[in-house]
Amino acid sequence: MTDLYRAQRAMRQMRRSAIQRGVVAVLDVGTSKIACLILRFDGPEPDRADEAGGALAGQTQFRVIGAATTRARGMRFGAVEAMNETERAIRTVVQSAQKNAGQRVDHVIACLAGGEPRSYGLVGEVALRDTTVGELDIARVLAACDVPDIGPGRDVLHAHPVNFALDNRTGLGDPRGQSGRQLACDMHLLTIDSATVEGLLHCLRRCDLEVAGLASSAYAAGLASLVEDEQELGAACIDMGGGTTSISVFLKKHMICADSLRLGGDHVSLDISKGLELPIAVAERIKTLHGGVQATGMDDREMIDLSGDSGDWERDRRRISRTELIGIMRPRVEEILEEVRGRLDAAGFDHLPGQQIVLTGGASQIPGLDGLAARILGQRVRLGRPLRVQGLPQAATGPGFSAAIGLALFAANPQDEWWDFEAPSALYPAKSLRRAVRWLRENW
Amino acid sequence: MRPLGPPPTLGHPGRAQPGFGPPRRSGPARPQMPALGPVGPRTAAPPPPAPAPAPEPAPLTAVLAAAARAAAQAAQSAAPPVAGSVAAAGARRDPAPSRWAYRMNRLWLTPAFRAAVRLGGPVALVLLVLGLWLGDADRRAALHGIYVDVREGFQNRPEFMVDFLAIEGASPVLAVSIRRALDLELPMSSFDIDLAAARIEVEAFDAVARAEVRIAPGGILQVDVTEREPAVVWRLPDGLWLLDAEGHRVARLSAREARADLPLIAGEGAERAVPEALMLLAAARPIGPRIRGLVRVGERRWNLVLDRDQTILLPARDPLRALDHALALHRAQGLLERDIVAVDLRLPARITVRLAPGPDGAARIVALNNLPGSRT
Repeated sequence: MTDLYRAQRAMRQMRRSAIQRGVVAVLDVGTSKIACLILRFDGPEPDRADEAGGALAGQTQFRVIGAATTRARGMRFGAVEAMNETERAIRTVVQSAQKNAGQRVDHVIACLAGGEPRSYGLVGEVALRDTTVGELDIARVLAACDVPDIGPGRDVLHAHPVNFALDNRTGLGDPRGQSGRQLACDMHLLTIDSATVEGLLHCLRRCDLEVAGLASSAYAAGLASLVEDEQELGAACIDMGGGTTSISVFLKKHMICADSLRLGGDHVSLDISKGLELPIAVAERIKTLHGGVQATGMDDREMIDLSGDSGDWERDRRRISRTELIGIMRPRVEEILEEVRGRLDAAGFDHLPGQQIVLTGGASQIPGLDGLAARILGQRVRLGRPLRVQGLPQAATGPGFSAAIGLALFAANPQDEWWDFEAPSALYPAKSLRRAVRWLRENW
Repeated sequence: MRPLGPPPTLGHPGRAQPGFGPPRRSGPARPQMPALGPVGPRTAAPPPPAPAPAPEPAPLTAVLAAAARAAAQAAQSAAPPVAGSVAAAGARRDPAPSRWAYRMNRLWLTPAFRAAVRLGGPVALVLLVLGLWLGDADRRAALHGIYVDVREGFQNRPEFMVDFLAIEGASPVLAVSIRRALDLELPMSSFDIDLAAARIEVEAFDAVARAEVRIAPGGILQVDVTEREPAVVWRLPDGLWLLDAEGHRVARLSAREARADLPLIAGEGAERAVPEALMLLAAARPIGPRIRGLVRVGERRWNLVLDRDQTILLPARDPLRALDHALALHRAQGLLERDIVAVDLRLPARITVRLAPGPDGAARIVALNNLPGSRT
């Protein structure tokens, strides 16, 4: 646990130095596409809270100066499968984003969807030494959380302190300075497969990039596509990607649960490809241009030309109606949404005060998806687009980029995590001088 | 096998390029889903890892064989069909930059490196060539010679030559001495004449109050001189000097008669109080014809010397008022007409007169006191 603590602290340090330098890249490594945004930080802007829009989630601090996206290679279910291929894809996208920005970038903040994220709720309780809560008490209570057995070969990706309770008062966001006797805290722990993280880190290292942060793409997508009220009152963000569908549940501006399905838009394309005996590229194109999930009478008359190059003239000149296409796509989309419903039910989403569900991600652009999702997930479903940030090209404002933009927001001002607080001295190894200083600071 | 139909290029889908837009895929088939759908008539094996849009109409059997090999390599669904697909795709260019190309690109985007190459490189090259060429002493000397020739050729052009020296505002004697002092070998180039130094040299003359030196059009060095106006004659043990109103020496004077119109002053330190002397002389105008001169005493006060060896001793402080007092006495009582040698005004409260030496002094004092209007 201490190793991880150090690694994450090192990443935070890296992030700080990157922002001091002014340029940092965010990289959304997905199953079907890799997006890279290059952000320039110009220092904090003057407070514009009086203007319409209020405090804009910190995105006024930075500006997107370069953006590029490319087809992902060697990725499967959000995890690196063929390392060389992924490395090439990352090189491609970073180089073209650098060219777009006219500037080289050394630090990168990455997110990944795969690796089977699992959420844990942790509880810790500690008696205060003093009557008021200080920074060190928070570190102590975070360290006092009993860590469940996360299993071998898994790493902690996020550890957010979600809620603090002081004596019998709960729901405190920031208990520092308040007085009480007993401090308790709830922490949300997200673990993913170590091998997946290692694979991605290795690819980034091979591209000469310094990793300044890692995030789950479910978390990033939620940051970008949920509005502030939804994050406060409780909402779920469904990021429908190519190979995975990620779920994140937010309450009181903290992610309290995340999950991921190994199903996504690629499976719809694959179904079309199999059902109509088409090349996958053609199937993808037909899905993008003509796809849908709600058939109407009009769709019987709308005929779609299927092209192919099998050499069989009859076969390459087939035509199908849009209804047929919808008939292939709909069961798969329904299956994905049913699965999401199951995961949300298992996580206890019903008990949240807010029941908003936001669909985002590239696969959420299927026409008619909101109607279908409302039937399966409940009435309060909307399609979400990411927050608008400065300098973002129009082509990168679609829902497919919500994870990348959320990652940019994450880079600009990350929420406090466990490793942002100084560890209590008991957890620290050796370094006697620093221990002495720490002891003095704690006791005087 | 069926015969090949129309050329396969007819329905060829576009290549996927990095960039924006909906992600298009033209890569290998994904083998992760077991083939549950209807199996195509062409394929007997599980999903073909061969690229869907074949880049060229290769013989179908070869493609099938490659696919079969790749499928055999790939375990059921785990191993990626990358190697197989690359082999089957043949010479298709990889859009990804190679590792070295990527590194070079990043190096080129480094600002310091870029500046060094763009600016430092050419500058270093030019410096190197120049250094090599100038390494030879003969070449350096030749280059310097060319420079000197060009400079002199330019400076000696007729437009820049000065042919005459014109002095205005100076008396002929002064003009001759200025001409001698400047000592210019005309004609010479105006680049070689130091106007400021010439002006300082001209102003060093006693008789010159102010001088202006400039080069006038037509090759003339114009010296405009403002001479000092002599105001008094100053007698020293070794001769006579002319002083201007501020006490600055103007010239020597050979004889007092040469400037009989100017008043005479004498005594050490008299030249430092010339303005005061002029003021006193102006005030003493009523007795002007009788004035012989002013004598500075002890470098602090004046004696006004009249004819008949009369002297008015003026105080150091406020001599003008004392003189006015004496003149008023003279006007009222004819003081200076009398038989006295000196009027001592040095104590303002007590005016003292000294009688001319002679017999019967007491009687004359009584006679003086008995004059109307005098106080005892």
